Amino acid sequence: MSDIAVTVPETAKTPSLGARLFDSDLWASFKRSKVTMAAAFLTLLFFLVAILAGVLSPQDPFDPAQLELLNSRIPPLWESGGQAPFLLGTDQQGRDMLSAILYGLRISLVVGFLGVAFSATLGIGLGLVAGYFGGAVDAVIMRIADVQLTFPAILIALLIDGVVKSILGNQLDPMTILGVLVFSIGLSFWVQYARTVRGSVMVEKNKDYVAAARLIGLPALVIMLRHVLPNVLGPVLVIATINLALAIITEATLSFLGSGMPQTMPSLGTLIRIGNNFLFSGEWWIVAFPGIALATLVLAINLLGDWLRDALNPRLR
Amino acid sequence: MSIRKTLLAAVAATLLAAAADPASAKTFRFAFQGNYQAADPYTLNETFTLGLHAAVYEGLTKRDKDLKIIPGLAERWETPDPLRWRFHLRKGVKFHDGSDFTADDVIFSADRVRAQGSDVKTRIPSDSQWVKVDDHTVDVVLKTPNPILHYEWDTWYIMSKKWAEKNNATAPTSASATTPSYAALNANGTGPFILESHQPGVKTVWKTNPSWWGKKEHNIDEAIFTPIGSDATRVAALLSGEVDLMDPVPLQDIQRVNSNANTQVLTGPELRTIFLGFDQRRDELKYSNVKGKNPFKDVRVRQAFSKAIDVNLIKDRVMRGASVPAALLISPLLFEGSKEFKTAAVDIDGAKKLLAEAGYPQGFEVGMDCPTDRYVNDEAICQAAVGMLARIGVKVNLNAQPKTKYFAKVLATGGYDTSFYLLGWTPGSFDSWNVFANITGCRDDSGKGGPFNFGGYCNPKLDELAAKILVETDTAKRNAMIAEAWKMERADVSHIPLHQQTLNWGVNKKVKIVQRADNQILLYWVNMD
Repeated sequence: MSDIAVTVPETAKTPSLGARLFDSDLWASFKRSKVTMAAAFLTLLFFLVAILAGVLSPQDPFDPAQLELLNSRIPPLWESGGQAPFLLGTDQQGRDMLSAILYGLRISLVVGFLGVAFSATLGIGLGLVAGYFGGAVDAVIMRIADVQLTFPAILIALLIDGVVKSILGNQLDPMTILGVLVFSIGLSFWVQYARTVRGSVMVEKNKDYVAAARLIGLPALVIMLRHVLPNVLGPVLVIATINLALAIITEATLSFLGSGMPQTMPSLGTLIRIGNNFLFSGEWWIVAFPGIALATLVLAINLLGDWLRDALNPRLR
Repeated sequence: MSIRKTLLAAVAATLLAAAADPASAKTFRFAFQGNYQAADPYTLNETFTLGLHAAVYEGLTKRDKDLKIIPGLAERWETPDPLRWRFHLRKGVKFHDGSDFTADDVIFSADRVRAQGSDVKTRIPSDSQWVKVDDHTVDVVLKTPNPILHYEWDTWYIMSKKWAEKNNATAPTSASATTPSYAALNANGTGPFILESHQPGVKTVWKTNPSWWGKKEHNIDEAIFTPIGSDATRVAALLSGEVDLMDPVPLQDIQRVNSNANTQVLTGPELRTIFLGFDQRRDELKYSNVKGKNPFKDVRVRQAFSKAIDVNLIKDRVMRGASVPAALLISPLLFEGSKEFKTAAVDIDGAKKLLAEAGYPQGFEVGMDCPTDRYVNDEAICQAAVGMLARIGVKVNLNAQPKTKYFAKVLATGGYDTSFYLLGWTPGSFDSWNVFANITGCRDDSGKGGPFNFGGYCNPKLDELAAKILVETDTAKRNAMIAEAWKMERADVSHIPLHQQTLNWGVNKKVKIVQRADNQILLYWVNMD
């Protein structure tokens, strides 16, 4: 993380996020790396099929009336016993695996994006406040961050998930569970944003343009949001990309452990949990395809994040 | 620390087994998914544990291979009048420590089993009086007649008075006790095996009892038990020959165990019945979109649900054939008259019509509670039910949770917090009255009445009949009354019986063992080639 904090003053000089994204250096480094292009293509593909899940999949796996128990445990189409339209086979409840994966992908991505958005907002906000005001405010926020950093994020997410569920009661509908997941993942990943933003802000706030803004009497909130924030967003973008992959994995882990999405509305992690029971019984497709989908998605996003980090690092240019 | 201990014990056991294995000594090794915690026979009322106690301890009665009651430590008994039972004890029986078995031990055991901390208090009526007539005769004086007094006595084990007093173990070990008492780690019974060593959660060893009074029906010299929690590890241990028997075999691994040259799966019907229940007590369901009334109070809605659930499809697809669809809330093995009853026929159109008549042509929404680790494939059964009910327009929101959370919510202590649920029940006395008392008996909100009647179904006429069944001593009359009671229950559709799951024991082919429907692993019927 420290190298990112150091790079900030350099990258922060470009005026706006959009302009920097289409900066020719970035584009050139993107075109140079075949791996990155493949990763970008895969990520885009995953986003597309997730958005178009309703059109692409032969079955709505979340509608119990469409599941026919007679169609349970059908192997993939190319294996003996495979049946159309179940390209990747079906699970124990007669759920088409392809449809379940597409819909599950959608849930995983939604939870990932919302989780990242929530944690980034929280982290950036707290980081700005801590860095700009310093002193006691800074000390309190950063000590909380330090304490939280000593625990693995998954543990925090499990804890928050458990606490929220015990407050909200036992019987939750799937949408509320989704909200709880976003909340717990968001709360467990804000620290990295806060620390990075705070470091950048502490450098920026001593610069002349901030002093000038103060001199003309702008309120602190405006200075923070309009002037400081745009100049510290570079590293945040890198963290957000890598955290997207982490958030998806965390959601899958929570669901795999049984405290995430329910089996009637499965995410990729829930599908893997269901399939795990059939690992040794010959029905490999129930666990293999959701597992491959999850691994590919996370790998692609991670590769993109790595490339973005290197591309934005002036020392590697 | 405990993992290291377990590993050490496992290594030591392997070394010992390798070093000393004379061809003559036959050792039977077996594994179960759960622990054998306390050796004290009054600590835990749980099938597997009760079965293991039977190696060392014996009751006044026993049950044979078909679960018929046969004499145990009592040679014979008679009822001079309905309120007095006389038991004639077997003479010449000795405890493992050499002391004689007498009427004093029976009376001591009768007091101990009813004492604070015992989990098997219901084995004998709390207000019964136990009188020693002579050294080998005991009278039981009852306040009310009870024809099934001795039905659960095969698992009420007789302990030695002298031994308990000497070792400061006259009080039963509570299941929640933090320090195990002497009786929890040692045992002194009259049975066919002697407890050699007992390390709860690690390993338990029995040696055969050369001076047992009965006729030996096993040929093993030693039995070793180890708990193996993980399904995959348990399967691997059986396939590799590390254990000779393990229970249960996960349904998806049955084929694998059967296809191995040295192993097979012993299957048989179990006595537990799995069923669905409805909240019929609240005036408005807690988890539903129907407000101001409770749809489950209408028998047509319950009938519609029953017509929508295809128990045979659940058997074929979810249970992989390993279940027996049930017509009643009791296993056909426990009630002879159950042949007259048929499982409900699937009729989607009829179900929709009934729902429309009841005022729900579009169906409704309801929340369902389901355990995920209590019964075989419990969560998958609930999901299948969700799909089947969706076909008649009922949207079920499934709330599947691990059993500790599930039971905390739906039991009396949780305020019966459920609208629709899945549960399994084995009547401990192997008799219908137990079901009428526990599952269908009227209850109030504190759980007085039918404690496991989560939905609060209540038919006073059925309760009246059940009270008569309890005191009726004529078997033929009693059976006719039970059949009558089941007819009333079926007309009301108090619950939806689904099936009896099957027992699945994985055994090495060199082992011959009796698999009784109550799922007890009984060492005294083990024979090995």
